Amino acid sequence: MSEPVHADGHHDADSGMDEGRRDFLFMATGAMAAVGTAAAVWPFLSNLRPAADTLALASTEVNVASVGEGQSITVVWRGKPTFIRHRTSKEITEAQSVNLGDLPDPQADSERVKAGDAKWLVIVGVCTHLGCIPLGQKTGDAKGDYDGWFCPCHGSHYDTSGRIRKGPAPANLAVPPYEFVSENIIKIG
Amino acid sequence: MSSPEFSNPIVRWIEYRLPVFSMLHHEMHEYPTPRNLNYMWNFGSLAGFMLVVMIVSGIVLSMNYTAHVDYAFASVERIMRDVDYGWLVRYIHMNGASFFFIVVYIHIFRGLYYGSYKAPRELLWILGVVILLLMMATAFMGYVLPWGQMSFWGATVITNLFSAIPLIGENIVTWLWGGFTVDNPTLNRFFSLHFLLPFVIAGVVILHIAALHQHGSNNPLGIDIKNKGDTLPFHPYYTVKDLFGVGLLLTIFMAVVSYAPNYMGHPDNYVEANPLVTPAHIVPEWYFLPFYAILRAVPDKLGGVIAMFAAIAVLFVLPWLDRSPIRSAKFRPVYFVLFWVLLADCILLGFCGANPAEGIWVVLSRIGTVYYFAHFIILLPLLSLYERPIDLPLSISNPSPSGSNA
Repeated sequence: MSEPVHADGHHDADSGMDEGRRDFLFMATGAMAAVGTAAAVWPFLSNLRPAADTLALASTEVNVASVGEGQSITVVWRGKPTFIRHRTSKEITEAQSVNLGDLPDPQADSERVKAGDAKWLVIVGVCTHLGCIPLGQKTGDAKGDYDGWFCPCHGSHYDTSGRIRKGPAPANLAVPPYEFVSENIIKIG
Repeated sequence: MSSPEFSNPIVRWIEYRLPVFSMLHHEMHEYPTPRNLNYMWNFGSLAGFMLVVMIVSGIVLSMNYTAHVDYAFASVERIMRDVDYGWLVRYIHMNGASFFFIVVYIHIFRGLYYGSYKAPRELLWILGVVILLLMMATAFMGYVLPWGQMSFWGATVITNLFSAIPLIGENIVTWLWGGFTVDNPTLNRFFSLHFLLPFVIAGVVILHIAALHQHGSNNPLGIDIKNKGDTLPFHPYYTVKDLFGVGLLLTIFMAVVSYAPNYMGHPDNYVEANPLVTPAHIVPEWYFLPFYAILRAVPDKLGGVIAMFAAIAVLFVLPWLDRSPIRSAKFRPVYFVLFWVLLADCILLGFCGANPAEGIWVVLSRIGTVYYFAHFIILLPLLSLYERPIDLPLSISNPSPSGSNA
């Protein structure tokens, strides 16, 4: 038998219109395959994200009434150690008198504490370099060259506002979202 | 290739349906191997042997291990104390990782010295670098599983490397962790991947061997096989030589497992993970130390991470950086020196990585890092242009100089 012939007399094999149709079908199939693959891969990638119960642990309330001046406590928020420090007036003055131009990550102390509560510093105690816990919470710990915290892993020095002053860390210790629920209760997260 | 005639009727029955015996005959008996291979050529088969040791001991360990933050540490201690020969299997697995890396690093430096990465073996080399990367990922995740202090903080520091990526870094790290810190979801997925990756390695090893058998082994002279007189059948000559190597490796390996099983470990890892206290001095396992030194040598977070990954990435393009047509360092007087300097540089970086990043160690690790990259990116390309090689021999079986350089 001969090749199929269309009503307009063109053969399939040398029809320009059919070439275009074939290209279109080919690309449309490819596009559908790509979309389908992406749709199939997405749940598996998204599956690796923090689960709902992990996200549910996102806030912590702390009573700081017993933390005296010059003392620090470490609480756990989202599995991370969070430092709450009752700063001395000397530490507050040190933190406020720094020339912002000298800081690797310039930020005024007033932006890192609540107005009127400058004595309370709340920071995430995770070094912004590679995630170690800086020393400085316990009496006798190395506090670094700036009287704040010192990370033993790769030698980052933080000041009394938790700002990076020296070493490989690129950013200040993070201030978590928090608020004073009452005079002595801090809600973090 | 000639198909062998098999006399055993069962072998013939199988061979007719699944040509596995002729394949074995072809790859083992007919496969021509240079007759001048020295003991440095043992380390490929030794690496394969260590992979088998790791998979077998790992599967047995997994039958008593619990991947949960509350039970992992205790389950490993139970393996050590209560499970029959658990201590032996765990010490084999633990030290096996170190020996796997010892063998593979010697294998890699053998390739560097004898120019085994050059045409037509570039893909063979690249597959080898892929295996190295997979091994590093597997070893890192395996080290997390006992859930000791070094496990936890090693996992924290290494996963935090990805936070150096601009803009999306923090999100990637949270995604890797499955939480806001290294925690139970992290331990679970690391266990799963640690179980999977060795089989991926085995798959790439098959490709590595397929690429090897395409053009056969390089040899200490680095010249191509010219005739049958240059070769020996792989079996029995090299199977026996490889077995002798396995015996020697096992002797040393079992001596360490028996008498110094914790020599290459860290005492801190026998302290259960505490997410609130970082040990004063954290260091990775010895096989990561040179890369760790490169990471710390760069005084910038993102820069350090890029340099560390680049230290391995540069190996992928090595066949195109070293354009000299001469393979073996025996006939390259300047490359011979540079090879030993590079080896010394890598050992120096290892010591830098083991020491705190202070004082002289910072200076040394910076010098070492600059030299490491200079070796590959500057010295090797220049050498290809200016080095005058020594005359190559006529052939493997005829050592008289050919009077030509290629």
